Amino acid sequence: MSAIIEVQHARKAFGGLTVIDDCSIQVERGSITGMIGPNGAGKSTLFNIIAGTLPLDSGRVLLDGEDITSLPADVLFHKGLLRTFQIAHEFSHMTALENLMMVPPRQEGESLFSAWFKPGEVRRQEDEVRRRALEVIDFIGLAHVRNELAGNLSGGQKKLLELGRTMMTEARVVLLDEIAAGVNRTLLGDLMTNIERLNRELGYTFLVIEHDMDMIARLCDPVIVLAQGSVMMEGSIKDVQNNPEVIEAYFGAPTE
Amino acid sequence: MNELVFFLNNVVVSGAVAGSIYAMGAIGVTLVFSIMRFAHFAHADMMTLGALLVLALTTLFPEAGLAIGLPTAIVMLPVAMVITAIAAVGIDRVFYRPLRAHKVKPIVIVIGSLGVTLMLQGLIRLFAGTSAQSLYIAERKAIFRLEMPFELASRPVIITEPQVILFVLTLVAVVGLHLFLSRSRLGKAMRAMSDNPDLARASGINTDTIVAVTWIIAGGLAAVAGTLLSLDVAFKPDLSFFLLLPIFAAAIVGGVGHPYGAIAGGFVIGFAETLAVFNWSVLLRPLRDSFPTWLELPNNLALVGTEYKIVVPFFILVAILVWRPTGIFKGKVI
Repeated sequence: MSAIIEVQHARKAFGGLTVIDDCSIQVERGSITGMIGPNGAGKSTLFNIIAGTLPLDSGRVLLDGEDITSLPADVLFHKGLLRTFQIAHEFSHMTALENLMMVPPRQEGESLFSAWFKPGEVRRQEDEVRRRALEVIDFIGLAHVRNELAGNLSGGQKKLLELGRTMMTEARVVLLDEIAAGVNRTLLGDLMTNIERLNRELGYTFLVIEHDMDMIARLCDPVIVLAQGSVMMEGSIKDVQNNPEVIEAYFGAPTE
Repeated sequence: MNELVFFLNNVVVSGAVAGSIYAMGAIGVTLVFSIMRFAHFAHADMMTLGALLVLALTTLFPEAGLAIGLPTAIVMLPVAMVITAIAAVGIDRVFYRPLRAHKVKPIVIVIGSLGVTLMLQGLIRLFAGTSAQSLYIAERKAIFRLEMPFELASRPVIITEPQVILFVLTLVAVVGLHLFLSRSRLGKAMRAMSDNPDLARASGINTDTIVAVTWIIAGGLAAVAGTLLSLDVAFKPDLSFFLLLPIFAAAIVGGVGHPYGAIAGGFVIGFAETLAVFNWSVLLRPLRDSFPTWLELPNNLALVGTEYKIVVPFFILVAILVWRPTGIFKGKVI
């Protein structure tokens, strides 16, 4: 068994509303796993639980066999679990390039000690980070806006920046939260190519929440279908699309 | 020319002194706001706490400064800064962090900080009493008299030793803060967190560390401001507390959350105060002969009386909030 992410019997309620109900999923190492489901199925909640931004009521989350339940997002980041946000987040008062340069983990400059006493080393690392950021920004096709304030970028460009951020460091797992929403078709093609390349060439594992079925169909195998807070089914996109239960969950019961 | 010297003494020097103190206080207030999004009312009492620590240390080792030729209080200042910084982090851990952990509205934390204000004031009075005490214990305050190179100026510009030290330390603090925020990784992480805390966390920035660093900077600067204020005047348990309004006015005038704005705002408020209480008739007196006869020069031509100095920052505060609510610099984010 080589599940890199494993959620075991997760349960989460907001007040009286149980959003995640005894939900268990596994994400295989090196896969691009899709997660779909109607609105309110609990996809984003489950996502935020894995990403460490929501505490669990009960259950466990494992990363490569290690219990990471309720660890804060910055700790998960350093363990190689990265996420993007459904509504693109950016440091709006920094340029696109500076946004990427904020990312890399465990830099020397991070600790107070080295910031004051080893300026040469810090500078060398900053140069390294800048070089990497320039590569990444080229890769995601935002080189022409690298010195723009990130707050001024378009919605789609911000999404690309989100993906770019995950490329600044060596991630093991990347959680993509509706990365396609608000991105035009041409840009979306680039985005998907980039995701495939990261998966193939760098061995990134992806867990993808998406409403865009074309994107799910092209990228994801397997696909997990959530409904009412637990897994309804899991399989290839073909199986999922032909499953009458899924069709009913998405489009309502057929009227006959 | 003596009139000009009078102007230099009462407006330029006094304004710069008040401005430096306000600026250092406002930097702390604004940094705390930009990182934790609440108005920290106990800030002035952190200033007093720093001054109290200096007073205690100076009382214990009154001769320490003689060897280096600086006032003992200045020699003790670094120690007091460290202790105040630790106390600031401690106050956050004990009083503010539990509130943040419960995700309360910022106003609740503001009220919490009012509680901390009362507590600190009580503690400070418990140890220091309520009377004024000089921070110069074994030595005397050095006063520099700068003679003006004009024939008609018979009076000197007067500037005291703590004022000179204040200007130097303000400059050091401002330059240091600028380098820290723009160059160091930790400073950039602070800017990142003030911009978007969720994203900062998802980018691997430990926000607890950033919060602690913010308190260390705010506490350290508060100790400097409180000590130099007490050196300039004398230590009193409520001396800094009465500066709370001008300090908040400075932070808001500059644009809340904007450290450079806080510095600018501090000097704007400081000079506005001294200009408003300055007796302009002194400057006009030499020109009296050229006035038409029906114009009698009054003895006092100040905009507001000295006893109403506090209305000046209040007026500026209201004016800024009405006409430019974001402050001189656009606030909210470092």
